[in-house]
Amino acid sequence: MDISLLLKMAADAAPDRVGLTCDGRNWTYAELWAAATGAAAEITRSGCSHVALLDTGSEAAPIALIGAALATLPYCPLNYRLADADLAALLLRIEPAFIIGDVARVQKLAPESSHKVFARADFVAAAEAAAVPEREAGEGESVAVQLFTSGTTAAPKAAILRHANLASYIFGAVEFGAAEEDDAALMSVPPYHIAGIAGLLSNIYALRRIVLLPAFDPKAWIELAAKEKATNALVVPTMLSRIIETLGDGSDAPDLSSLRSIAYGGGRMPLELITRALELFPHCNFTNAYGLTETSSTVALLGPDEHRAAHRSDDPKVRARLASVGKPLPSIELEIRDEDGNVLPPGVAGEIYVRGDQVSGEYRERSALIKGGWFPTRDAGYLDEEGYLFLSGRADDVIVRGGENISPGEIEDVLLTHPAIADCAAVGVPSAEWGEAVAVVIALKGEHPGEHEIKTLIRDRLRSSRVPERILVVETLPYNEMGKLLRREVRRLLATS
Amino acid sequence: MKAGMKLKSAVCDTEVLLVKAPQAGTLSCGGAPMVAERGEKGDIDPAFAEGTKMGKRYTDAAGTLEVLCIKPGAGSLAFDGAALQLKDAKPLPSSD
Repeated sequence: MDISLLLKMAADAAPDRVGLTCDGRNWTYAELWAAATGAAAEITRSGCSHVALLDTGSEAAPIALIGAALATLPYCPLNYRLADADLAALLLRIEPAFIIGDVARVQKLAPESSHKVFARADFVAAAEAAAVPEREAGEGESVAVQLFTSGTTAAPKAAILRHANLASYIFGAVEFGAAEEDDAALMSVPPYHIAGIAGLLSNIYALRRIVLLPAFDPKAWIELAAKEKATNALVVPTMLSRIIETLGDGSDAPDLSSLRSIAYGGGRMPLELITRALELFPHCNFTNAYGLTETSSTVALLGPDEHRAAHRSDDPKVRARLASVGKPLPSIELEIRDEDGNVLPPGVAGEIYVRGDQVSGEYRERSALIKGGWFPTRDAGYLDEEGYLFLSGRADDVIVRGGENISPGEIEDVLLTHPAIADCAAVGVPSAEWGEAVAVVIALKGEHPGEHEIKTLIRDRLRSSRVPERILVVETLPYNEMGKLLRREVRRLLATS
Repeated sequence: MKAGMKLKSAVCDTEVLLVKAPQAGTLSCGGAPMVAERGEKGDIDPAFAEGTKMGKRYTDAAGTLEVLCIKPGAGSLAFDGAALQLKDAKPLPSSD
């Protein structure tokens, strides 16, 4: 079973219903299915190893996503906003790829490559021409989607989602054909974001027409929502803020009364903003979703009734839930744990761990799942007494040196590029001058390169504030039995040696 | 049987996807064991002829098995002879 089944079911159950509206053209489920089967034939014929999209959102995204599944290749939508050098590095990692979108840019960045590149319109036309709509859904069980996470200094990680992860998320969260015939979901998140992929799949499975806004702009969003009578929308907090700002006092704004449901996620929602939104759209259902790329999108959500209850309540505890991300999905197990892996009681902050069939926790290079199939999200948070989840930032132990926030990860990533360094950890240690200074503990797999070489490596790759003031060599780094690095123990090693 | 596997009715158009697979037992549709590849269609047992509905999920009373109907048909589903029940789906608010 692969994710092409989701579109196949929609096309079988409602072939003539419109599933997608983009740039003024409507696509029925049967037309989308036919194009996806044709895309699969073209992709297979190309002999490529990946299917990439280097483009804004359009009909090409679902056609390529399902086409790649049918061709049993990973679909890798790329961030077209990346700088040339970063994009060029990603293009190298997926070669040879069947790339849809910006032909000129690929030719400029990878002139000697074996990529096959197609402009959007050419790809869609070829896919429609090669359609074999009578074929069955695919049986692939491998990688459905490969998404590059945004790397800061080290190379981005290639997160992979298997067909089973995505399908399990959709089956667990969406009821087939649940949408009314006149429902329409306005999608404005970029196609290279997990929400852009989950949004395509869940709306197709719900038989809810997708209205695509290729690139977000508040005025265009408002106009398209009014014109297409959108009933549902997904936004990130900054989008909602800009929409509300553009609506102004609402006196001459287009009619948005069709909007019944707004979901938001992907960042911290300021309390003032959601309160303002609830007042501005009193008849709209608001849903806050929390999820990660590695978890196939949503793992916890705060539903419309909970929003209203929190908004109206006089009880500060209930009111506070407006700033929570709600409760875990029924198909997800979620725990808050301390550094030793112990489960923490309500009210105590720690790292958020999740487990479930939709959780991949897997990268091209390695799996981040630990014992028992749990995924440490690296997000920090706590649960209240009734199980509402509150986020409190990344669990990374940030080092604050002279007011500058330094992520240990960026230093560790660079250290690990050294051939003699097997493992390492960077932590903050007390410093009279800086408040905290950087110290690193390393385990070697070769001859000690010498402190000077290590410091030079960090200085050249990062900057001088990241250069460790102390370097300690150990046999092995301290891990708990769940396989998680114990930074507290690392600090103790530094303090006692 | 294993989760992710597709099975077809031997007597009608029904196809299901195994969402949760039991250790052992026989899944049937229209009174006949379900198969990986359908041959000539047999007759539907009138005792199992209520039909299957597209996109609906069915479970046994013990909750050891769950299937998703990916193609509807005239037969109805049973596990070791006992009719499967339509799974009561608590709809979640749309979050994508």
